[in-house]
Amino acid sequence: MAHIKLLNEELPGIVGLLNYRPETAKPLLDLAETLLRGDSTLSSGEREIIAASVSYWNGCHFCHTSHAAAAAAHLKSGIGLIDDIKAGLPTTPVSDKLRALLHIAHQVQRNGKNVTDEDIATARSEGATDIEIHDTVLIAAAFCMYNRYVDGLGTWAPGPNEAYTEMGERMAHVGYGKF
Amino acid sequence: MQYINIPNKFPGIRSLFMCRPESASQLDTLIKTLLHNPHPTLTCGERELIAAYVSRLNTCKYCYNIHGSMAPHQLTENAGIIKQVLTNPQTASISNKMKALLKIAGGVQSGYASLSNDDIAFYRNEGLSDIEIRDAALIADAFCMYNCYVAALSTWQPDDVELYDKMEERYIREGIFELAF
Repeated sequence: MAHIKLLNEELPGIVGLLNYRPETAKPLLDLAETLLRGDSTLSSGEREIIAASVSYWNGCHFCHTSHAAAAAAHLKSGIGLIDDIKAGLPTTPVSDKLRALLHIAHQVQRNGKNVTDEDIATARSEGATDIEIHDTVLIAAAFCMYNRYVDGLGTWAPGPNEAYTEMGERMAHVGYGKF
Repeated sequence: MQYINIPNKFPGIRSLFMCRPESASQLDTLIKTLLHNPHPTLTCGERELIAAYVSRLNTCKYCYNIHGSMAPHQLTENAGIIKQVLTNPQTASISNKMKALLKIAGGVQSGYASLSNDDIAFYRNEGLSDIEIRDAALIADAFCMYNCYVAALSTWQPDDVELYDKMEERYIREGIFELAF
């Protein structure tokens, strides 16, 4: 049960918190929409993989599973991607550029100050642009915020991967704040 | 040295806002919603103080100077209070309610899932409403994001404290970002 009394205790993860305070829900959802579905040279599938990976490293089950399901919906990969993200993507075909960006995201997740010149140089040598590096850092920092918000206030989340399939489809193809 | 090509006359997050306007407008709206828009019970100054304190814990020089400069303009208190709060809020000359809000912020900054049911009961006992508990936590969550973003992209963070006060005064008065020099 959530630590603070929510209007609807049946809504999972961040959904219950967003429902509780619509004033702050809108900017939080608009930010997610821009970061994950706005104009970018990184595909939405790639950006959802970054968001899901950061959430997994932070131990946020709801955010990891729902964003991994959204990545699977974009990439039409099947929900095996949810567990593959946990294992570091051994079976999903992923570009070296995305792997370098995921390394930067992991550094940011541990501590923003951990990012080094070498991390940036490696991503550039794999073809990442400045804006792609910027967006990766911001997605990672933002998901640390969403993850803290969801877990810090003790929200409820469904367990099995299959429970997230439909949610992932909606996040991918309808968007954030539109359902 | 900055990692990516960003306008070098703007410090901290302002340089990142120039580099990516699409996300800048969402991040700016979120700050305004959390800190400046009307709140049922918390003043702008109280919310700025939470932002400054979290930024101090994350050792984000740009963010704690900017929000530490912003708070006295809105709290109508002297800069000495801000200094006391940033050093140790539990011994600062502030209300017990403000101390409790900063304790939530410190708990959020130090780790995940750190607000237990016992913590919540304690804060309720200190007179905080559920909305205050939740919004103090969200401001702290958001500032961990802003601090991390500013640090990870190695932005320019000037040492001159007066510069921050000047930038903030103009921002509050005119709502625009000014070049730092």
